[in-house]
Amino acid sequence: MKFLEVIFGNGRWIYFWHGLEVTIVLTILALFFGFLLGVLISMLRTSSVKFCQKIANLYVTIIRGTPLLVQLLIMYYVIFAEYRTMPKIIVAAVAFSLNSGAYISEIIRGGIESVSSGQKEAARSLGLSEFYTQLYIVMPQALKNSLPSLIGEGISLFKETSIVGWIGLGDIMRGADDIRSLTATAFESLVAAAIIYLVITLIFTRIMSKVEKRLA
Amino acid sequence: MSIVVKKLEKSFENQKVLRGIDLEIQDGETVVLIGSSGSGKSTFLRCLNLLNVPDKGQIFIDGQEITNPKTNLNKLRAKVGMVFQSFNLFENLNIIENIKLAPRKVLHLSNKQAEKEAIELLKRVGLGNKAYDYPKNLSGGQKQRVAIARALAMHPEVILFDEPTSALDPEMVGEVLEVIKNLAKDHSRTMVIVTHEMSFAREVGTRLIFLDKGKIIEDGEPHQVMNHPTTERAARFFQNIKN
Repeated sequence: MKFLEVIFGNGRWIYFWHGLEVTIVLTILALFFGFLLGVLISMLRTSSVKFCQKIANLYVTIIRGTPLLVQLLIMYYVIFAEYRTMPKIIVAAVAFSLNSGAYISEIIRGGIESVSSGQKEAARSLGLSEFYTQLYIVMPQALKNSLPSLIGEGISLFKETSIVGWIGLGDIMRGADDIRSLTATAFESLVAAAIIYLVITLIFTRIMSKVEKRLA
Repeated sequence: MSIVVKKLEKSFENQKVLRGIDLEIQDGETVVLIGSSGSGKSTFLRCLNLLNVPDKGQIFIDGQEITNPKTNLNKLRAKVGMVFQSFNLFENLNIIENIKLAPRKVLHLSNKQAEKEAIELLKRVGLGNKAYDYPKNLSGGQKQRVAIARALAMHPEVILFDEPTSALDPEMVGEVLEVIKNLAKDHSRTMVIVTHEMSFAREVGTRLIFLDKGKIIEDGEPHQVMNHPTTERAARFFQNIKN
């Protein structure tokens, strides 16, 4: 079998193994911080203070209007230019978190707007502050409503990390590239990378649909 | 608590809904607000806890001007309960949590104390066995009784009812009205009720206010107003309802 020889011969699979670790750690970091940032920005966007709305709007517009690759390269070659000792995975995690935060904030904003105004009025009529109303009534319902879209964002983010080879970070895609150049065979290494992404996406989807069912 | 309203006005997008309302409600009164749809009665009620902010005029509750921007709204609303047409139970919380949330976070009751009071209130509205159900599993009538218990948990001195039976199936109206009637009996709190249920209004109300086009045109004892209205508009309204 040529396929198995290309991937496993000479212990080449280790490139994928290390790449897998980088891709997964990066995705988890970016999702975690992107989520926190997304909640914060969505609250700013739906707040009654005009200035907060404007700042949040500007942020989302810039992030969504420029390519992720450009953002990543600016982060690495400009913003972190003076900090070459910084691990590349941190630089990438910052870029991906900032990017994902903008998309997640839009998803959560949709969730917030789907909570009926009666829920807020009932909470305020009982004397609950705006903050408590958001915390205990609006946000839990908004997050539940946005869960399907958040899962979608998680999957996109996972796949989009495949551009980190541009700053020399060895992820799954970079592993495929290395094997490709070592063996001078494109088909096997690229298909193997595709299979790895697909399998992880399927596992993640399966787990999240179970979570979704339990929350329903 | 007494409620005093002076020259209250409110518009929505150039449409005048309230055109100068003056009213004094004494402590312990049960006032029923009647009027055709669009007369401004719900808007007026929602002004009383500032869910709608009036454009002009003043409202005093217990002598304190709530229309003054410096008033602590959360403190005021803790004392003025509201029951909505569409119940508005918190969908993410079970029944007991619905009732406990505000007493815990606003009145700073301990969980134990809040739980105890919530169970008592649920028994009082006949739903002691539903404490751990979620709102989506309750019927409309049950939801509205929970909503009343939730309002009562704050020990309000005023309760506002915004068409509490309008969204209910006919066979569930009775159970909700029964709960409200029992509340009105002891006159320990002021109640303002917007309703279309005339026999209920007659039975429970100590006073009937009739609104038309954003103004009060009748104000008196319910039997008196229904049987001998002083305006032609109100006379026509009660006549149409009888037919």
